[in-house]
Amino acid sequence: MRARLLTSSGTPWSDRIFDVVVYVAVILVTIVTLYPFLNVLALSLNDSTDSVRGGITIFPREFTLKNYSTIFAFSGLITGLKISILRTIVGTLLGLLSASMLAFTLSRVDFQGRKFVSTFLALTMYVSGGLIPFYVLIKDLHMMGTFAVYVLPGLVSAFNVFVIRSFIDGIPYALQESAKLDGANDFTIYWRVILPLTKPALATIALFLAVGQWNSWFDTYLYNGSKDHLTTLQYELMKVIQSTTTNADNFRGRNMIEVMAQISPESVKMAITIIVTVPILIVYPFLQRYFVKGMTLGAVKS
Amino acid sequence: MNNRASSFWHNFKNSKYLYLMSLPFVAWVFVFSYLPLWGWTMAFQKFKPAKSFFEQDWVGFYYFKELFHDDMFFQVLRNTLAMSVMGLIAGFTIPIVFAILLNELRQQVFKRFVQTISYLPHFVSWIVAAGIITKMLSTDNGAVNELLLGLHIINEPIQFMAKGNLFWSIVTASDVWKETGWNTIIYLAAIAGIGPELYEAARVDGASRLQQVWHITLPGIRSTIIILIIISIGHLISIGFEKQFLLGNNLVRDYSQTLDLYALNYGLGTGRYSFGTVINIFNSLVSVLLLFTANGIFKKITKESII
Repeated sequence: MRARLLTSSGTPWSDRIFDVVVYVAVILVTIVTLYPFLNVLALSLNDSTDSVRGGITIFPREFTLKNYSTIFAFSGLITGLKISILRTIVGTLLGLLSASMLAFTLSRVDFQGRKFVSTFLALTMYVSGGLIPFYVLIKDLHMMGTFAVYVLPGLVSAFNVFVIRSFIDGIPYALQESAKLDGANDFTIYWRVILPLTKPALATIALFLAVGQWNSWFDTYLYNGSKDHLTTLQYELMKVIQSTTTNADNFRGRNMIEVMAQISPESVKMAITIIVTVPILIVYPFLQRYFVKGMTLGAVKS
Repeated sequence: MNNRASSFWHNFKNSKYLYLMSLPFVAWVFVFSYLPLWGWTMAFQKFKPAKSFFEQDWVGFYYFKELFHDDMFFQVLRNTLAMSVMGLIAGFTIPIVFAILLNELRQQVFKRFVQTISYLPHFVSWIVAAGIITKMLSTDNGAVNELLLGLHIINEPIQFMAKGNLFWSIVTASDVWKETGWNTIIYLAAIAGIGPELYEAARVDGASRLQQVWHITLPGIRSTIIILIIISIGHLISIGFEKQFLLGNNLVRDYSQTLDLYALNYGLGTGRYSFGTVINIFNSLVSVLLLFTANGIFKKITKESII
């Protein structure tokens, strides 16, 4: 074995250099990830005419809340906020209900339909009709221009069902049997025994569902774009962002033009971006330990 | 036979709540996941929305022929494949490297801090991400241009979003920025599953940290990597359109259109449902073909497979 150069603490120099490289790389990645958010936040809190001069990094130079107060005067944004909150709540609750009920029935070995339902669900992860057949279906079902189109088409997700199911599989069946001896039917067992014990998995899935609902915009674009009372916050943000980039042809919000006459479009974009992002910033750190576990579990099982 | 039937009914009655709790959702899945497949018949018709199924004119493979004679289609296919291959390469190597880097951090608090930040972009919508990316790359006070100017690498700001030949790289880089942290979760879990005694033994043998990564960590997550590669190859062609829709503009259209975006613009946008459906079908068939091919190849080479 050839001799190695060691540092005073006894570690080889090569390992010391390795450490330095690792830390520098990780810190660089962290900066690249975080800086854009901080920059946008600083710009949204900076006076819009001052921002045009440039040089804003992560702190506002001339602090103001005017960008926010101006865009909140725009009624489209308030409607968008209401619809986004509503679809997030309704979509998350219904999605949790469907996923947990299906997961519960699939976890029961004594359930005859188990294999069929499980295959029927799993196939949906691989086959899909594509955009246009789906659009025609929504049209035929007369769901265009309704709130329901936000919640109902995506109600059942096979992935969510399988994540919760693998969690339920880890709960001893004896608990269900003793509940049965006490006279509980299967629905009571689901509601009183399984649901409370599945909380960590439900929290993970709730986060996925809520983020998905909050972030989606394409269904609004496709089905409800012309319905002012049904547009979502993300869609309003999209209109603003697309309007001031090169393709102005997507731009439809008339009132937004008046708003943007008062402050620079850049500041409008930055402020709305922050409004759309903040709810996620608040929620996700609390649920992080759950979703890391949930993801890992899902990965191992599938 | 009679016995079996009666036992079925007995069981059915016993598990009536289980049926009640699953069958409505099965019906749901049928409507929203399986009925659209029925819509594939539109590809073989001269589909008119006002007519019923039996009144449509059947045209056979007419629209398939039209698609394969369309110059635009090959440009779109090129864009789709270019962006998906670039995404596949970057989306694979970078999260693996990042997971290994994270694993080598000794301070647990710092590691958790970095992880929390790295997940953040995954949770914001592509609209927010596209807005932020456009801002960072903009010519007036965008961070990237300011950095390059400050380092005297360039003399005047680059119009990133207006250059078609940069579009593929911008989409790939955006995806890396948004998803790297999230994609490391699986690899970190796989690394955590490697027995500490292996590292112990390597240290005793005098292996450096880099050698430990090369000879223990990487082989340890090999099967995870292969399974994820096979799954991604299956999705190779269906890269969607969200990023391209939100980051693209008229100036870069020749490079930004993907198959799905093409179906959206030339199928739905102009009311050519049949033509659009043909694109959707092409997309699905190639995906399945790629999945089986990738699975077959890896099965031969590495004895790992998912099917």
